[in-house]
Amino acid sequence: MKEQTSNPVGKSVPRVDAFEKVTGAAKYVDDMAFGPTLLYGKIVHSPVAHALIKKIDASKALALPGVKAVVTGQDSPTLLGLYLKDRYIYAYDRVRYVGESVAGVVAISEEIAEQAAKLVEVEYELLPPVFDPYEGAKPDAPLLHPDLGKYEVVNFIFPEPGTNVSEHFRLRKGRVSDAGVSDEVWAQCATIVEDQYTLPQIQHAPIETHIAVAQWNPDGQVTLWAASQSPFAQRDLLAQSLGIPHGNMRVISPYIGGGFGGKAGISIEANVVLMAKAVPGHPVKVRMTREEEFVATNVRQSLVAKYKIGCDKDGNLLAMDLAYYFGGGAYNDYGVNIARAAGYSCTGPYDVPNVKGDSYCVYTNHPIGSAMRGFGMPEIHWGLEQIMDRLAEAIGMDAADFKRQNCVRQGDTILTGMTMPNVDLPQCIDKVKEAIGWGRVSKPSAPHKRRGKGLAIMWKAPAMPPNPGSSAIVRFNEDATLNVYVSGQEIGQGAFTVAAQMAAEALGIPYEWVRVSANPVDTKYSPYEWQTVASRLTWSMGNAVKAAAEHARGQILDIVAKYWGEDPADLDIKNGVVISYKSEREQSLKKMVVYGLPNENFEGWQGGPIVGSGKFMPTYVTGLDPNTGQGARAVVHYTVGAQAVDLEVDTDTGQIEVLKIASAYDVGKAINPDLVMTQIEGGAVHGLSSAFEGMFFDAQGRLRNPSFVDYKLATSLDAPREIHGDIVETPLEDGPWGARGVGEHVMVQTAPAIANALYNALGVRFNHLPLSAEKVYLATHEGEELTCKA
Amino acid sequence: MLHEMSLNINGETYPVVVKSHDTLVRVLREQLGLTGTKVGCGNGECGACTVLFDGAPVNSCMVLAVEAQGHRIETVEGLSQGGDLHPLQKAFVEHNAVQCGFCTSGMLMSAKALLERNSHPTEQEVREALVGNLCRCTGYIRIVDAVLDVAEAGS
Ligand code: FES
Ligand code: FES
Repeated sequence: MKEQTSNPVGKSVPRVDAFEKVTGAAKYVDDMAFGPTLLYGKIVHSPVAHALIKKIDASKALALPGVKAVVTGQDSPTLLGLYLKDRYIYAYDRVRYVGESVAGVVAISEEIAEQAAKLVEVEYELLPPVFDPYEGAKPDAPLLHPDLGKYEVVNFIFPEPGTNVSEHFRLRKGRVSDAGVSDEVWAQCATIVEDQYTLPQIQHAPIETHIAVAQWNPDGQVTLWAASQSPFAQRDLLAQSLGIPHGNMRVISPYIGGGFGGKAGISIEANVVLMAKAVPGHPVKVRMTREEEFVATNVRQSLVAKYKIGCDKDGNLLAMDLAYYFGGGAYNDYGVNIARAAGYSCTGPYDVPNVKGDSYCVYTNHPIGSAMRGFGMPEIHWGLEQIMDRLAEAIGMDAADFKRQNCVRQGDTILTGMTMPNVDLPQCIDKVKEAIGWGRVSKPSAPHKRRGKGLAIMWKAPAMPPNPGSSAIVRFNEDATLNVYVSGQEIGQGAFTVAAQMAAEALGIPYEWVRVSANPVDTKYSPYEWQTVASRLTWSMGNAVKAAAEHARGQILDIVAKYWGEDPADLDIKNGVVISYKSEREQSLKKMVVYGLPNENFEGWQGGPIVGSGKFMPTYVTGLDPNTGQGARAVVHYTVGAQAVDLEVDTDTGQIEVLKIASAYDVGKAINPDLVMTQIEGGAVHGLSSAFEGMFFDAQGRLRNPSFVDYKLATSLDAPREIHGDIVETPLEDGPWGARGVGEHVMVQTAPAIANALYNALGVRFNHLPLSAEKVYLATHEGEELTCKA
Repeated sequence: MLHEMSLNINGETYPVVVKSHDTLVRVLREQLGLTGTKVGCGNGECGACTVLFDGAPVNSCMVLAVEAQGHRIETVEGLSQGGDLHPLQKAFVEHNAVQCGFCTSGMLMSAKALLERNSHPTEQEVREALVGNLCRCTGYIRIVDAVLDVAEAGS
């Protein structure tokens, strides 16, 4: 132990997982060994978007040597879902998207399983598909889920049976009715912008695809090894759906090669468990190919958004009339809560007196829309943040000033009736303006190029049930090193490092003494954590770690106080040593944290092995009125931020080069400032990439670009030369050391910031993502003869 | 068809029996337990499986194991020597150029190959050398900075 970092909170200490990752030693699911009894599974995917299943014939597949089993939905029709149980693990009577799991084949090798999967014969009777969420929400649209009214659903989600709407969130504030904002309010507006913006579905595209291994033992013990952001939620869902006692269902999840929401909730894992059930005692491994990852795992929802927004001549926002139609895909389980989140945050980070918002999650015959970094916020901010610029321009105001004037501030009564907690969005705006040189025009690098700057702001609350819990355990070793047990997942964001920093800080021991015992997370041994989602770990898991460390600290101080005959209130732990402010005595933690301390004259002992436990669960979130979305406390808190972009466009080719992105987020307290910066940088490039990404389907609902050749992620050449980050620290009341999350927020408004910069450069607006060089070229050469002359 | 042969990996000779269609990455990971090399696509599109083949970076998912016979293969496991991290590994740690870590092995190998053929690359050259290695987490900037740092330190 060379270095000793005391009081590590607020310091950029090195990541605890970096050494393992640069040496190749870090284990991911596919790196684990399962021995010679391992079998391989392959999922049979639906080739059609919407159809009734007439017949499944697996006899040819079963006849192939090496095939051990074929499972289908007919074997055990089982519904699954986190918020709305709307999906059969294997399709039962119908399929609803190209890629849906229809059957699972288990064989002695991956090749045989793949071959056998092609031999499973399925007879379909085609049904009319629905692809557009706006059309799909209409009462006469073909129905995807005739049983919507029968599905089990949590009490804050409101499906509309008999339609394709799985969630309808209503927000009514001020002078509005179901028909809209009052005409008198519109009459007061100096300017009104009414327009539609859309986004396609996009893929999370973590570099590690979904991989899972399951084993179902004859004694009823079931184990799942999965690349998972949600080991405990998966355990709960599997236990519920398959009737397995929670104590018999074990989920083990090592490091994850990127999640971004795609490995939250449940996707292929239940399929693998059912395959394993068919071959008792054998582990069964399923690895999604990259193509399967695109076609058959969860994606970000598409959106058709309709906005009507007005402000007065002084630039005060007066009214918003908003309708969001999320293309939730074939199953909306997780997606319903995205539509809800977009509903209760529908105004974006603005204080608006009159709001009518309707947010719908709509079934479509596309892949399953689900959680993705930002959870509804990138989708709604895409249009909102452009319309704010348009309003500002219309009344002759600077866009950044307009946003600053209207943005939410601490103490505002926001759209749901909740009081805005402590955040400083104006400061974030000021920071990015300064960093990007707002208002200063830079010269393009060539005559056929144009430069432009754009700015966008955002807010996002953790979107989750009202009561997601975290727990943590700390346990000392003889030399006073500490093991911290958590089940928040290290998906790259630095969760383990932050947990170690917090434990060290709360206990008073050096950072280097802490080991994080969470790799793998194992529901059999690890403390409960709801899920690694919603940017909630630093805050929620952090509170649990702090509580566990304080619990251990209290035990230590009691023991030493008794030993010295002092009051624990006079004692403290500094750098691994208990000190008394009164008597100035010192007691090292070494040995005593396991063996305790002897009484004077060796007359017995005090203490024993120190184990601290802690938990955290928000208890103050209230329900919202289903007709108005009003309630005392809709969410736990909001994180806010601003981004500004400087870019250059080549008018000859339409190529956009983003030169610089400046970001500022109010994180409450940066537990590890450099890790916050890594989120800010990675998020900015993820956001930039997302502006150019889109899943393209043909008229039959088949994905046309299921590979990295046709679905481009930003590369090292696309990343801006410079990403500037500013960290604003307005403490969160119930955050550990004031901290709130920032992992998702960092990409929410990048796309509209780019669009605003494009407008600044070209004078052209883009309402529909993805952006592309082709679109930019066509927009800037409108009216010209574009046919090929060659 | 089965081939009995030996592979030279990180300076060690490993006798293996492989099928004609076995890819190099499969043999590395599943037969030899060298799981530091990752698979992100299996199609030569992501770079997660990058290893060095006689010093040149290749996607080991696109190389057949039988082709590797008689050639020098280097993987991430061979980077650190005698318990010391390779300068690139150190720089990746110091720059926090690692997040989920799934692209890291491939990035390190591509960077090593670059510095071996061009010890003083420009930023643009580093970016070009890493263009085949996708990273969804970091935004690349720290990876590029880490490589440039090592190049400078080596001057
Ligand atoms: S796994 Fe080889 S290039 Fe992606
Ligand atoms: S660190 Fe996650 S893909 Fe690069």
